[in-house]
Amino acid sequence: MSGALEQFRAETRDWLEENCPASMRTPMPPEEVVWGGRDAEYANPDSKLWLERMAAKGWTCPLWPAEYGGGGLDSARAEVLAGELARIHARPALTSFGISMLGPVLLEYGSHEQRLEHLPKIVRGEIRWCQGYSEPGSGSDLASLNTRAELHGDHYVINGSKIWTSYADKADWIFCLVRTDFEAPKHQGISFILFDMASEGVSTKPIKLISGSSPFCETFFDDVKVPAGNIVGRLNDGWSIAKRLLQHERTMISGFGLAGGQAEGGGASETTVESIAMRYRGDTDKLSDPLLRDRIARFRIDSEAFALTSRRSAEESEGGGPNHISSMLKYYGCELNKRRCELLLEAAGNRALGWEGEGFDADELSLAREWLRSKANSIEGGTAEIQLNVIARRVLDLPDLTGILRGKR
Amino acid sequence: MADSLLLNEEQELLRESARGFCSERAPLSLHRKLRDSRNPDGFDRDLWRQMVELGWAGMAIPETCGGYGFGHTGLGLVLEETGRTLADSPLVATVLLGANAILETGNEAQKAELLPRIVAGELLLAFALDEHIVHDPGRIETAAVPRNGGFVLNGSKTFVLDGHVADRIVVAARIGGGSGDPENIGLFLVDAAAPGLEITRTIMVDGRNCANIVLNDVAVDAGALLGGSAVTPEALDRVLDIARIGLAAEMLGSIEEVFERTLDYLRQREQFGVPIGAFQALQHRAAEMYGEIELGKSLVRAALAALDDPASGATRIARLASAAKAKLSEVFFLVSNEGIQMHGGIGMTDEFDIGFFLKRARVAQQFLGDAGFHRDRYATLHSF
Ligand SMILES: Cc1cc2nc3c(=O)[nH]c(=O)nc-3n(C[C@H](O)[C@H](O)[C@H](O)COP(=O)(O)OP(=O)(O)OC[C@H]3O[C@@H](n4cnc5c(N)ncnc54)[C@H](O)[C@@H]3O)c2cc1C
Repeated sequence: MSGALEQFRAETRDWLEENCPASMRTPMPPEEVVWGGRDAEYANPDSKLWLERMAAKGWTCPLWPAEYGGGGLDSARAEVLAGELARIHARPALTSFGISMLGPVLLEYGSHEQRLEHLPKIVRGEIRWCQGYSEPGSGSDLASLNTRAELHGDHYVINGSKIWTSYADKADWIFCLVRTDFEAPKHQGISFILFDMASEGVSTKPIKLISGSSPFCETFFDDVKVPAGNIVGRLNDGWSIAKRLLQHERTMISGFGLAGGQAEGGGASETTVESIAMRYRGDTDKLSDPLLRDRIARFRIDSEAFALTSRRSAEESEGGGPNHISSMLKYYGCELNKRRCELLLEAAGNRALGWEGEGFDADELSLAREWLRSKANSIEGGTAEIQLNVIARRVLDLPDLTGILRGKR
Repeated sequence: MADSLLLNEEQELLRESARGFCSERAPLSLHRKLRDSRNPDGFDRDLWRQMVELGWAGMAIPETCGGYGFGHTGLGLVLEETGRTLADSPLVATVLLGANAILETGNEAQKAELLPRIVAGELLLAFALDEHIVHDPGRIETAAVPRNGGFVLNGSKTFVLDGHVADRIVVAARIGGGSGDPENIGLFLVDAAAPGLEITRTIMVDGRNCANIVLNDVAVDAGALLGGSAVTPEALDRVLDIARIGLAAEMLGSIEEVFERTLDYLRQREQFGVPIGAFQALQHRAAEMYGEIELGKSLVRAALAALDDPASGATRIARLASAAKAKLSEVFFLVSNEGIQMHGGIGMTDEFDIGFFLKRARVAQQFLGDAGFHRDRYATLHSF
């Protein structure tokens, strides 16, 4: 077994040596992230080459079955691949909601035809997806959503609006929660449906964030016709799929917490909070502000503990998906990333407070924007408070007040 | 996998049997009894004999030295369980500190003479290091001056765990250099009956055994010096780090217990016609504690595994030791305070057990360096 694995490692290493362009082994500026899609843009031509080569092997989704365009690797080989990619500091060839959110639930709930139609295009970055969950009146209480889908013969007609839809203006398709039974209790009348954003009646309006960028939108549906076969899973059973997808989304988001976890690696890298703090103060061997130093130490210890806990959680579930620890990781990871961004602001003093124009370099300008963006970590994918509710009820088995009060009425 | 954070089957079994033993033979009520009766030893000698029979005194001592070779993880798991019931025993002073000091710094003759006796439960030790109101291994002033082929010790020690019951006391004293010099520290084995040694038991808030010790011209022969020479700062750090990690494991057990007791109360106690655990203000605080405890547990597991991994370097162990002691001190502080608050009035009564955890928390936090001490050390170890 380990012999075959070693051979796989050697082959992978050779292949990467030959196929990963040199510029893809450098740190990735945010504008060079590859999202794919019909209108994909490549700020760096090597990114396109890198995506095509990785997609041809299915290695943008190494664990997905080869039948659907994936790499078909077992978890041991996928780990080897990840290790070899990390070794040469390779950039992710493709980042997308198709990979991190939709794909896993299609593999679990989708029909064979749906998988054949959508998964290969996700692997190759041909179709970019967005998530149509939140509505103006339905955020944390997502199951109260009102977007309606009514059956007319062989298709549904969809009316309503979504909000905070990340990249709706750039996405090709949407996975969307719609109400298909208007009488049933709120959790039992929802369906999970897929459709093309180019369909007639779909429109989007970008919303600007406090960080200045506008990655999310208001999304409107005005008599949008969608084939009835585009429902995933059973009709009116969309809530269980929606929740499953949220688990995948939360696992992805908890990865933010790993940004500060370089502790095990040892030597100080250029971008750690402490090295930035020392550089701006002209400190050589000890950070001169003792209070900031203490706060950074506390943050570093928590980051190290968080990274260890993520690993322990993975070991405990042996790749079997979320366990009792994982609901906590999303909460904690987001809080850690917010702490990291706050500490970076303190580390760079007024150099971190520039907004635009002259007098600041690009790294400095990104500090304030990254800090502002980080505030969304504990809102997107379910707020911190909702996560704490989930932990209290599901993990700690504490009673549900709403349920008790409803029973008493 | 060498650095797995999960327990193997043998370790799980060990933990289970330790848990069973503690809940049956060393429950919290025994701790209460020892306190109420002002027991002169501060622990139950009969219980200690049973622990010795289970092999706990030789848990982390290699088989080649007469022990049972369960590694630091083995001892850590036992400590986690004794932490749950706040069991009083010589495990920390004699086994975690004393035996490891001998194992790490003693010469072959010293190890051969002392370790088997510790494993057999025939010898109780104490470890006398601190001289100030807070842990500060960098400022040892007790002096050891060569005389007649041996040494004469002068100075005073404080917060010496089991100081009044130990047969021998390991005393850290300066052989040369000035206060603040990390080199030139010797570890001396001093007989508790040695002339010039003044030992005063101090009753601490957690009910555990501590003592103040004054050394007035205490003469020891050359063979009392562990390893025959001063210990390197690295060796002393290693002894302390092993103890800090073990202590963090014990704290983890206490933390888990106080948290579980609090959760039980949240599910049971009713006010306004509902269990108080249905109130979101309490749910969120409980959920936050859960996260902190899981993080603390990972650090303890990783630190114990690092001690048992021969490939771990000294820096890695030191970093993990400080991370674990800092984090567990913070978490114990949090969970012990919330434990009282969430119990309301009954939490304040002596008759109810939850208060014992608060008392133990503060002593454990201080012992071998509090959170501030270890964050400072962690930062230094990471070059900032
Ligand atoms: C950057 C960003 C990207 C996003 N991308 C997408 C996307 O692509 N697709 C999509 O569908 N959605 C997206 N969202 C929306 C996100 O999922 C919602 O914002 C989130 O679920 C919260 O809903 P809300 O904004 O309506 O806040 P509300 O639910 O109104 O919450 C307001 C406050 O009340 C608290 N609160 C609400 N209910 C409770 C409760 N039961 N107990 C305690 N406190 C409570 C919340 O925690 C919060 O602090 C995105 C959001 C952000 C910030």
